[in-house]
Amino acid sequence: MTKKNRRKSQKNKRRLTRFFTYLYLTILSVIVIYPLLITLTTAFQSRNIMAFDLSFAGPWTLDNFTRLFTETFYGNWYLNTLKVATTTMVIQVAAITLAGYAYSRYRFTGRKQSLIFFLVVQMVPTIAALTAFYVMGLLVGGLDQHWFLTFIYIGGGIPMNTWLMKGYFDTVPIELDESARLDGAGHLRTFWQIVLPLVRPMIAVQALWAFMAPFGEFMLARFLLRSPANYLVAVGLQTFINNPREQKVALFAAGALLIALPISLMFFYLQKHFVSGLTAGGTKG
Amino acid sequence: MDDTATENTKVEYSAADKKRIKKATWLSVIPGFGQFYNQQTLKGILFLGLLLLFFIEMVVFGAGAIEGFITLGTTPREDHSLFLLIEGVLQLLIMVVFLIFYGAQILDANKVAKLNALNPKNVNHSAKEIIKNVFDGGFPYLLTVPAYLIMLFTIIFPVVVTLFLAFTNYNFYHIPPATLIDWTGLETFTSIFTLSTYRDTFVSVLSWTVIWTVMATTLQLIIGIFTAVVMNQSFIRGKRFFGVILLLPWAVPAFISILTFSNMFNPSIGAINEQVIPFLNSLIPFVKIPALAWKTNPFWTKVAIILIQGWLGYPYIYVLVTGILQSIPNDWYEAASIDGGTAIQKFRYITLPHIFAVAAPIFVTQYTGNFNNFNMIYLFNEGGPGSVGSGAGSTDILISWIYKLTTGQSPQYNVAAAVTIFISIVVITISMFVFSRSRAFQMED
Repeated sequence: MTKKNRRKSQKNKRRLTRFFTYLYLTILSVIVIYPLLITLTTAFQSRNIMAFDLSFAGPWTLDNFTRLFTETFYGNWYLNTLKVATTTMVIQVAAITLAGYAYSRYRFTGRKQSLIFFLVVQMVPTIAALTAFYVMGLLVGGLDQHWFLTFIYIGGGIPMNTWLMKGYFDTVPIELDESARLDGAGHLRTFWQIVLPLVRPMIAVQALWAFMAPFGEFMLARFLLRSPANYLVAVGLQTFINNPREQKVALFAAGALLIALPISLMFFYLQKHFVSGLTAGGTKG
Repeated sequence: MDDTATENTKVEYSAADKKRIKKATWLSVIPGFGQFYNQQTLKGILFLGLLLLFFIEMVVFGAGAIEGFITLGTTPREDHSLFLLIEGVLQLLIMVVFLIFYGAQILDANKVAKLNALNPKNVNHSAKEIIKNVFDGGFPYLLTVPAYLIMLFTIIFPVVVTLFLAFTNYNFYHIPPATLIDWTGLETFTSIFTLSTYRDTFVSVLSWTVIWTVMATTLQLIIGIFTAVVMNQSFIRGKRFFGVILLLPWAVPAFISILTFSNMFNPSIGAINEQVIPFLNSLIPFVKIPALAWKTNPFWTKVAIILIQGWLGYPYIYVLVTGILQSIPNDWYEAASIDGGTAIQKFRYITLPHIFAVAAPIFVTQYTGNFNNFNMIYLFNEGGPGSVGSGAGSTDILISWIYKLTTGQSPQYNVAAAVTIFISIVVITISMFVFSRSRAFQMED
């Protein structure tokens, strides 16, 4: 093989690599977008839907959205979910930030044992303890009540997220605390004024996760909330399509869009933070 | 830090001091007395008060709760077995907390006595000093109190109740308060493995759970790693554009995607049979794929579920692996090139081992996550089609079977509890094995 030929074959090979790379990325993108586009377009079309597929036939309308808020409990579900999600977020983030700080900065008796305990507890599928939650709810009057479900959601995320939070606190150099202490700052001031501002990105990420969790949880919400007006969005939307004889796919699509849009936007807005957090945690093991 | 320093250095105490330390420790068999002996009166009063509080609690509530817990009630309609069980568990937890306090205060008496022997000035006797000392030493505990309090009621308590429920006969024959529940020992567990109706269902559901977990998670990993490697090539234009699109399955809430797919795979109105298969047929010559029974045939339902999970789960892996790829030093690849390594060899011997070395624990959480992926199974087709007995459908995994055992027409709460315990043990065993070998954990030593 001459030199020229070899260079030519290398060039061909590179072209081939590029071709298959773009081919792969295009096919994957189409597979990703196709289902989402179906939902997006269905939400704005008022065809008397007999098929759930990609169609731009129209006519285009906002009817589905008005029907959503006038004929169904969707408005209630949305507000319920916002309420549950916001409460979950505030309390859970507060609890894990405090605990994460303690585990990162202090060496106290029982520290290691309780860290292992967090790790083990986080693996138990607590939502499977349905019967226990039911009996507890019965005893304290928490059935069909949002506060009870919220309380369970808050607890469910604590073990894992405390670990993550602790890991992030660990990345803040401890010398900062020590110099603050030398300057006469107490426990509270060191925490509040020195360390807390530095972990804000992680708090934002944790807040987003805690906020998103109630939007996606189905098992407990379906089990504990009994009256349709009290449902959360996931359970509510499922009722649109779980009856094979009467599938309201257009209503489902409209309702799904109103949830997916804000959450996806928040996701991409905070993406940089949690992607870096994820890989920092990843390389740390 | 100071405490550990004094404890670790070996100190020779005089005989009299040794006696005093021993005495303080022994005296604290009754909480408070050891502290009195150490001349920490305020602390002593506080501890004695806690002991008194515990005794009052035992008399007022505890003794009855324990009795109710043992009998689970004697008269139907009057005694509510479930409430008795719950109260019993609550009492058990109170007793555990008291025991922890009891042990801690003995240790405290011992420690203070030792400090006293070294230098009496080390020990705080005045109330003000003690309060300051408690605040310093107790600050980390104070910070963790909210987390523990919430976890106690939302995780520990329900898990312990579930544990006990598995040893009862709580099912649709025994619904309190009309009927009582009784302790039945290991009967629930043995019936799962010996009664043919339960055993067949359990084996069938368990084997599909394992197949589902392995296939779906491995598919996620393959797509995620492959995509990360492809996207990591420097020549790609529009990285930002592809980056956003490839992350969409993660950004959109999973339940929406699953319900969307559930509509799409509907055999009569769904896009897959109406649009995708005809399109593929027109694209690929000589191949005619017929419309498939996606949600009515167990095999095709399983195929659909696994494929959808691949779609849902790959972006997380893709992002994780992209981060890892960027941390691999370029020199390694250059060295490999000089030695004549091909692209595939580089991937096989540099990239892949490095990814697994870093991300193996996270990969395992993906497997355990899918093992309990209720949403995917239930929202796609409610565990159907068909039935494999005892309320389980042909695509039900263990956790969705638990849901059906609890919410179905003839609930079997005790069986559900036993299966819950089973999956907890499986998940904990696997995760602990992996975590104990991972770096993050060893760094905690």
